[in-house]
Amino acid sequence: MPGDLRAAVEALRRLAEESATAVTVMEVCGTHTVSAFRSGLRSVLPKSMRLISGPGCPVCVTDQGEIEAALSLLRRGVVVVAYGDMFKVPSASGSLASMRGEGHDVRTATSAMDALRVAEENPGREVVFLGVGFETTAPATATLVREARRKGIANLSVLSFHKRTPPAVEALAGAADVQISAFLLPGHVSVITGHEPFRFLADRFGLPAVIAGFDPEQILLAMVEIARQIRAGAPELRSVYGTAVRPEGNRKALGLLDEVFSVRDARWRGIGLIPDSGYGLRGDYGDFDAERRFSLVIVPGTPPAGCRCGDVLTGRITPPQCPLFRTACTPLSPVGPCMVSSEGTCGAYFRFHREERT
Amino acid sequence: MCLAVPHTIETLLDDGRAVAVAGAVRTEIRTDLIENPSPGDTVLVHAGFAIEKLAPEDSKELLDLWEEIRRVSGVDYAG
Ligand code: SF4
Repeated sequence: MPGDLRAAVEALRRLAEESATAVTVMEVCGTHTVSAFRSGLRSVLPKSMRLISGPGCPVCVTDQGEIEAALSLLRRGVVVVAYGDMFKVPSASGSLASMRGEGHDVRTATSAMDALRVAEENPGREVVFLGVGFETTAPATATLVREARRKGIANLSVLSFHKRTPPAVEALAGAADVQISAFLLPGHVSVITGHEPFRFLADRFGLPAVIAGFDPEQILLAMVEIARQIRAGAPELRSVYGTAVRPEGNRKALGLLDEVFSVRDARWRGIGLIPDSGYGLRGDYGDFDAERRFSLVIVPGTPPAGCRCGDVLTGRITPPQCPLFRTACTPLSPVGPCMVSSEGTCGAYFRFHREERT
Repeated sequence: MCLAVPHTIETLLDDGRAVAVAGAVRTEIRTDLIENPSPGDTVLVHAGFAIEKLAPEDSKELLDLWEEIRRVSGVDYAG
């Protein structure tokens, strides 16, 4: 390890020793979870510092009922375009992947704009883009909708399950039964939102909050900054990701979000309904709203029997505490979405946790 | 899904599109979300969209933090 990283690890150890309190840091984003495991960073953390995963995997927090709504569209002969991560998420009546196996028309998107192409190539069919993800992916969906209007494409609509991160973080910071001492905030969500929407963590909850990128050095620096704030007893919002995150965020993307979406309540797996935590299409763009076009009623779903994904996503348990982990539930036959996604906490523990203990 | 990879813009195309490279991989990306994209810009690409231009220099906050690390750690920095 280069000398500067060694210095950072040493600084972290000394700061943690000096403050002599156990510290639980929630990393909100699944990409942080995977990076911290893969790089071996978790093994150099002081014993008193614990990293737990939060609700930052879009696949994982998508409610069962939302998946059911997408499947119901397929049964009506609609073409559904979705990011590949969504394909294996199980629900009571199957998954996008199993529906495709049965001959329904599901297409994989690597960019929201793929849906525009599918709609153009299939003028006689209804095409629906499944909009999932946080502030990072929502502007892409907004661009898709705006382009569809500009080009006068009438057979495309969007099922928007996009979610806003700050209200979910606030729900967890305020939860009485989850003791979180600090937040490691998602770098790429912050690229869009900027610093401001997360300032309440320090101001109202007195919690250190640090925005970081996803390479191990960034995570390490964020942990040093958190330890420094705890040692100084001075919680604040800081960023160690100034190369990408402007304090004011990405104004162009924010403007687009405002133009196309309105803020609404959204249901998060394991947390429930969180006020103002979702994006729905604005009235002016109602023609592109699949919920409206197909008169969809989205009923909150029941999680798969025995799956504790909700408790994992809120930091109440770690995956090995779920009785199905590694037994009934594996990446090859996942019971819940936290095992499906490459960024899901259960999937990350499945792949990396054993190595961590040796 | 929140992975974003730095790319360098190579050429601008019409309709908010551009060709960008990352390592040996050349892809078409959308530039709708950034101001004044130009060839040579390093941008962060997420799900086919450039979501921000990357600034070349480290922020002052980061430099301050490294300063603090040097002070607290006592590790010989040249190591
Ligand atoms: S291990 Fe499987 S069943 Fe258990 S919480 Fe994770 S996804 Fe659900």
